[in-house]
Amino acid sequence: MSIKQKINRLPVFVRALIISVVFAVFLVVVQILISGGTISGYISKIIILVGINMILTLSLNIATGYLGQLPLGHAGFMAVGAYTSAIILRAVPADSAAALFPVTLIAGGIMAAIFGLIIGIPALRLKGDYLDIITLVLGEIFRVIITNIDSVLGFDFTYGARSLKNIPKVTTFIGTFLCVAITCLLIYTLIHSRQGRAILAVRDNEIAAESCGINITLYKTLGFTISAFFAGIAGALYASYLGILNPASFGFMKSIEILVMVVFGGMGSMIGSLISATVLTVLPEALREFESFRMLVYSLLLIVIMIFNHSDKMKRFKTVAIDKIKAVFSKKAVKGAENEQH
Amino acid sequence: MNNTKMVPVPSRSIIPERDSDKAPILEAFNLGIDFGGLTAVDNFTIAVGRTEICGLIGPNGAGKTTVFNLLTNVYQPTRGLIMLDGKNTTGKSTYQVSRMGIARTFQNIRLFSKMSVLDNVKVGLYNSTKCSFISSVLRLPQYFKSEKQANEKALELLSVFDMESHAYDEAGSLPYGAQRRLEIVRALATNPGIMLLDEPAAGMNPSETWELMENIRKIRDKFQIAIMLIEHDMNLVMGICEGIAVLDHGKIIAKGDPEQIKSNPAVIEAYLGKKEA
Amino acid sequence: MTTVIGQLINALQLGSIYALVALGYSMVYGIISLLNFAHGDIIMVGAYAAWFIMTSLNSFLPFGAVAAIAVVFSILICTLLGAGIEKVAYAPLRSAPRLSLLITAIGVSYFLENMAQMIFGAGAKSVPNIISIGSFHVGKMTVSWTSAITLIVSVISMAVLTVFVKKTKMGKAMRAVSEDVGTAQLMGINPNKTISLTFAIGSALAGIGSILYCCAYAQASPTMGSMLGLKAFVAAVLGGIGSIPGAVLGGFAIGLAETLVSSVGLSVWKDAIVFAILIIVLIFKPAGILGKKKIEKV
Repeated sequence: MSIKQKINRLPVFVRALIISVVFAVFLVVVQILISGGTISGYISKIIILVGINMILTLSLNIATGYLGQLPLGHAGFMAVGAYTSAIILRAVPADSAAALFPVTLIAGGIMAAIFGLIIGIPALRLKGDYLDIITLVLGEIFRVIITNIDSVLGFDFTYGARSLKNIPKVTTFIGTFLCVAITCLLIYTLIHSRQGRAILAVRDNEIAAESCGINITLYKTLGFTISAFFAGIAGALYASYLGILNPASFGFMKSIEILVMVVFGGMGSMIGSLISATVLTVLPEALREFESFRMLVYSLLLIVIMIFNHSDKMKRFKTVAIDKIKAVFSKKAVKGAENEQH
Repeated sequence: MNNTKMVPVPSRSIIPERDSDKAPILEAFNLGIDFGGLTAVDNFTIAVGRTEICGLIGPNGAGKTTVFNLLTNVYQPTRGLIMLDGKNTTGKSTYQVSRMGIARTFQNIRLFSKMSVLDNVKVGLYNSTKCSFISSVLRLPQYFKSEKQANEKALELLSVFDMESHAYDEAGSLPYGAQRRLEIVRALATNPGIMLLDEPAAGMNPSETWELMENIRKIRDKFQIAIMLIEHDMNLVMGICEGIAVLDHGKIIAKGDPEQIKSNPAVIEAYLGKKEA
Repeated sequence: MTTVIGQLINALQLGSIYALVALGYSMVYGIISLLNFAHGDIIMVGAYAAWFIMTSLNSFLPFGAVAAIAVVFSILICTLLGAGIEKVAYAPLRSAPRLSLLITAIGVSYFLENMAQMIFGAGAKSVPNIISIGSFHVGKMTVSWTSAITLIVSVISMAVLTVFVKKTKMGKAMRAVSEDVGTAQLMGINPNKTISLTFAIGSALAGIGSILYCCAYAQASPTMGSMLGLKAFVAAVLGGIGSIPGAVLGGFAIGLAETLVSSVGLSVWKDAIVFAILIIVLIFKPAGILGKKKIEKV
């Protein structure tokens, strides 16, 4: 029996308890290390970024892994959340910013969800590649609007290309990872429910889902909106993490970066999302020594891993290799058995 | 006009005697659809009794699956009218028609292949499971109650085909015959008044087919529903259908009980071609 | 009036560049359903190739010769690069899920951009105009030779491509593979060769596009391909992806829209407006202007 099966046999509440304890220990230990200075400021910043990217990956995974769509404009929703939270935080007195942060986080999420809803209704009528393209293009429209809205409004609102500066930096390690935990929990409960089953059914077969009485437009829109909501939360965290926002950082390359994390982790896998967000956030940082080679190595890794995982030749190579290894072991076992007999 | 009972057009369909005192579960009047300039189905008129098992047969490409798609509003008909349990289904979408009491299986199996067998059936139970979004996400008591009911109901339905032991397997990993059976269970879970089966015996060997026949009868008796099936296996069709409609080139060329159909010259011609004079 | 016609000529010039690039997207998408993110970056490489020849050979040879070499060299590099990328990065993934192929394409795009940045630096390089023969007059109008030649070259390329796809054996093979790979194979068509050929032709058109782009904007930078590529892709989708006349129509439509928006002083909004046009068109015609809607079989 594998470890996974053993874990799956445990009752739900025992599993929940184990996960909560492990998570709490992780939070406390890392926080102590950060406060004590064992973990440097630079590394603690990367840890927070990992958390933000985890939420982004989990949120996009709702739309791709569970809903089976491929939105390419996810950074747009992140931007909406980021700007919403940042603009509110800048307007309130600086000493109450930290206390109000949970509220602005949710405001960012809700604003992103509203945009998701408005966009989802027309966009989700399209299928496959057309949906991808329309979301990509909408993400770009968001960016252009954020860049130029001030000239239309006539006053400083997003500060456009000049960047929105002096955002209270209230994103903390514990806050970020509590958000990660809540996101995981809510996505888990959603997916393992009547509504979640409907979303998965739409992914697996739209026509069959419809003939089971499921309103597929409703569930596509719901999944898309929830995905946008969490992206907004991540955006709000990001805004107060950096303290400065520029629309250029929410271009379609950002969307694609998030998508790459989802695909690396495996579509529809929550653990996979968490791991890949960690690896793909830390990896470019670790490669910083190579500076100019950094993105080159990153892009090469993307190509190589895709080919390694999916090409027919590699698949054949892998099965042959596994067979050979198995053969070696079984020979040893046979020999062992023979030796015992003698 | 939607919910009013139409005066039925005199139909040549024979409804079994036991159903004749009740209104038919499904009626179609002069149903037709054109794709581009091509008429795929035309003048399709039929009435199905409350507990009738009826067959829709015809050569390949006759338009049988298209009829199913019309009846479930996957395609919107160009002409004609469908009355499901006395209610007009014109302009309704597929999911609304499903809620009105029509369920179906597909010629090329359409399971939720990455979900478990149990979850497939629970998707079928979607409309009878009562649990709000908030209850689901926040795990309120309503969630646990509805999940328990859904699980029990799903296992009970799976037991019709003795499939409880596979409840936690991935649906896509089941053998072919079991996938077909699971599709029927999922359709049953939507609590239909009529179930449309598109080639349920395709790819099955004679003993499996025989078992399926028994099960279709059993389902009809247990759930008191009507079943309409498309099938090429004439032993199955002639064995369980009370009424049969024969479709050729999109038109009904014969209707009647199995004996009448077997001896109908138009049917023989459609299947075997015209006799040389 | 003259300014209107002048703007129209600008629109046609811009539109024909978009159209050339859109053709490459459309052909590749038509044959293997891949949104080839790297296509825009091929143009970038082509532009650097032109810059390289123009700046390194101009002291040895007369201008005309250098320009000719630059044109041939760019197109050649683009063609080889396009076909090479297909062989190395896409061909092994023929049976892989669509998404893996897309990620690979993104990887290739990143790779080319970063490679260019490493070799040539992040700044833009100015490319001397290859068509440096001024302008001519039509009535009172002054038309630059650059605009005229851009338009003529594009129209000729598109005409040649249409004839190639419609009339030649290889063109027919391309259409057959894009309809159904399996059946095409049964008819004795080698799909791998055909796909390589499609990439080569698409990239050659991108090469021509890169030369024309350099004539219009006189610069090359590592990230020039991404926005140009995105807009050209939008053009392809707008016209109906997989359709040659569609790509051309979409290219000109986008060129016209951009020029129009810029000429009324809203140039910062031009990207948003171009994209909004796409969304509106897709909502009413989900397969693009000239695209055919596929009916899903149940």
